[in-house]
Amino acid sequence: MSVLLIKNLHVNVENTEILRGVDLTIKTGEVHAIMGPNGTGKSTLAYALMGHPKYEIIQGEATLDGKDLLNLDPNERSELGLFLAFQYPVAVPGVSVANFLRTAINARRKAQDPDDKGISIPDFRKKLKEQLALLDMDETFAGRYLNDGFSGGEKKRVEILQMATLEPKFSILDETDSGLDIDALKIVADGINTISKKDQGILVITHYQRILNYIEPDFVHVMLNGRIVESGGPELALRLEAEGYEWLREKHTV
Amino acid sequence: MARKQPEKGFTFSRDMIAVSEEVPAILREHRSKAWQAYQDLPFPTMKDEAWRRTSLSNINFGAIQLPNGNLSAAIPKKISGRILSENLLSKRSTALLSPAGVEINQSAQLKKIGVVFSSLVEAAEKHPELIAKVLGQIVSPLDGKFAAVTSAFAEQGVFIYVPKGVDVEDPIFGITFTPWENTAHFFQTLIYLEEGSSLTYIQESLSPEKQTHPSLAGENVEIFVGKNARLKIAELQTYGDMVWSFGHKKALVERDGYLEWKIGALGSSLSKHFITVDLIGQGAEGRVSGAFFADQKQHLSYNTLQRHLAPRTTSDLLFKGALAGESRSVWRGMIYVAPGARHIDGYQANRNLLLNRDARSDSIPGLEILNNDVRCTHGSTVGKIDQEQLFYLLSRGIPRKEAEQLIIQGFFDDIFSRFSIPEVGERLWQSIKSRLAID
Repeated sequence: MSVLLIKNLHVNVENTEILRGVDLTIKTGEVHAIMGPNGTGKSTLAYALMGHPKYEIIQGEATLDGKDLLNLDPNERSELGLFLAFQYPVAVPGVSVANFLRTAINARRKAQDPDDKGISIPDFRKKLKEQLALLDMDETFAGRYLNDGFSGGEKKRVEILQMATLEPKFSILDETDSGLDIDALKIVADGINTISKKDQGILVITHYQRILNYIEPDFVHVMLNGRIVESGGPELALRLEAEGYEWLREKHTV
Repeated sequence: MARKQPEKGFTFSRDMIAVSEEVPAILREHRSKAWQAYQDLPFPTMKDEAWRRTSLSNINFGAIQLPNGNLSAAIPKKISGRILSENLLSKRSTALLSPAGVEINQSAQLKKIGVVFSSLVEAAEKHPELIAKVLGQIVSPLDGKFAAVTSAFAEQGVFIYVPKGVDVEDPIFGITFTPWENTAHFFQTLIYLEEGSSLTYIQESLSPEKQTHPSLAGENVEIFVGKNARLKIAELQTYGDMVWSFGHKKALVERDGYLEWKIGALGSSLSKHFITVDLIGQGAEGRVSGAFFADQKQHLSYNTLQRHLAPRTTSDLLFKGALAGESRSVWRGMIYVAPGARHIDGYQANRNLLLNRDARSDSIPGLEILNNDVRCTHGSTVGKIDQEQLFYLLSRGIPRKEAEQLIIQGFFDDIFSRFSIPEVGERLWQSIKSRLAID
């Protein structure tokens, strides 16, 4: 079992404190959801954990199996097994999905074994084909430029495709449900469920309860004003869906 | 400071031109005329509009001599390019051009279909009437000091003539080799496609990688694409870092003709090239794309001109450059539309990626449209590696260097992927990649 531990994390964005002391522990095999209104710091947590240079760590720690994440480059965090499915995946024109994925797989293999010669083309094709099928994606996707001209739904699927390919220990899904119609949401959620059976820890960041009908969380947390103010089981998500966040704002005088 | 160029100019004199009795008359005349043009034209300075951002003041042209017999440094028997590998060249029709001469390797098939593929001198002896259609007719010695000096002193060149209606299926390859230090190597490439014919020609210009003294390469390229003919030409430049490279290159495209011109430039200390496409017949189309990479103190400069001289003509130009170290690129583009040339579609763009804060890129598009009823657009960008793209790739475990390489490869992909021989695009990228690894 692996553990992702976040302790008293404070993060600034452009000199404004956005996260004001976040504590969270996720173990592999668990699904956590963080809910909360816009602008409460949910995505900041995701980006700060992955190491985006715009997010400045002021205080606190984040470790994966005891290893400090916060002093590592994003690629080293990835090597340790952290994955972020972006809310807004970045287009990289000129780089095909296949070329990108193969580069990522080979980087991973090389990090584990400096003498690794890289995945063979037939092995890679086979793996890619399986995973495309899992996400109900056409094989022509592999030849398209990464996220370039993709629809919202296609971008989200490609995020999950990468998650499947990289087999991380912990995945943060940042608003993966946004911009998806119900059919696409089912496919994406099915994909996530299939992948996460392989003993992963999942952190779902979302506004809406909707995705949690498909990816059932073990723990639900509510973030308000840069802190996790309430934690509970799946029933908490249902209460938020029914009652909104007002009762929590009052309770925590935010 | 006074103008330095005159006293540092070439020390060549008229008696150095090869105009003896054995030289075919057409070449003698051309060289003599070019010498006159050379005499008449001033040395370019940064006061000239076309040279404003390219300084020649550090170049001592006086130290450059013409190739002579004393320079017996052997030219390797077999030469392959850095991009046009031996493997690619084997069993192909090839021209190897160096100051020692031109070696033509022609497939039997090529001869059978009536294609003339020979050295300039041989063509001038055997087919003066064909040479007369091209030599000095497309690039005039009066186009510039370097066009003139090249015309006057180029003793050799490659000539390709494709008769009416002939499709040359297999590409023809050329290598130009500039081997000697302190020496100028002038050469010409002449291509003439008759009506309804087609050809793919791929040429690489190179020099030894490591040299201690400068050398100079001057080339004129004259191209005629006849009615309904199709030419695909790729010019690759992988000179070592002591070469000064000057070029005047121009193509005329006749009615419904099609020209696809690719340029890949990696080498040289300084390059200054004038590239012109004249669309002279209705329905003619010219597509030019260039990929260049520079590092250290390299200076690469291109003046491109797309001239729409007939109605319903289409031009499309895209130059992309990545600049590392303290390198510098200059691109000055111009689309000209003549009065009366209606229904024109013209496009030019130059995109640059600066890989180092000491690198610099000047990108200057231009339009001169003497007409309504045209659609002409241009774009030019100078940017750095996108930090969001970089973070995205890093977050997938790809180390920084590789992530940057992937972004640079992607930047060039629309040019590399369109080489008619995929291996050429691939090897061009590999050459850039190996340079990126050093920087």
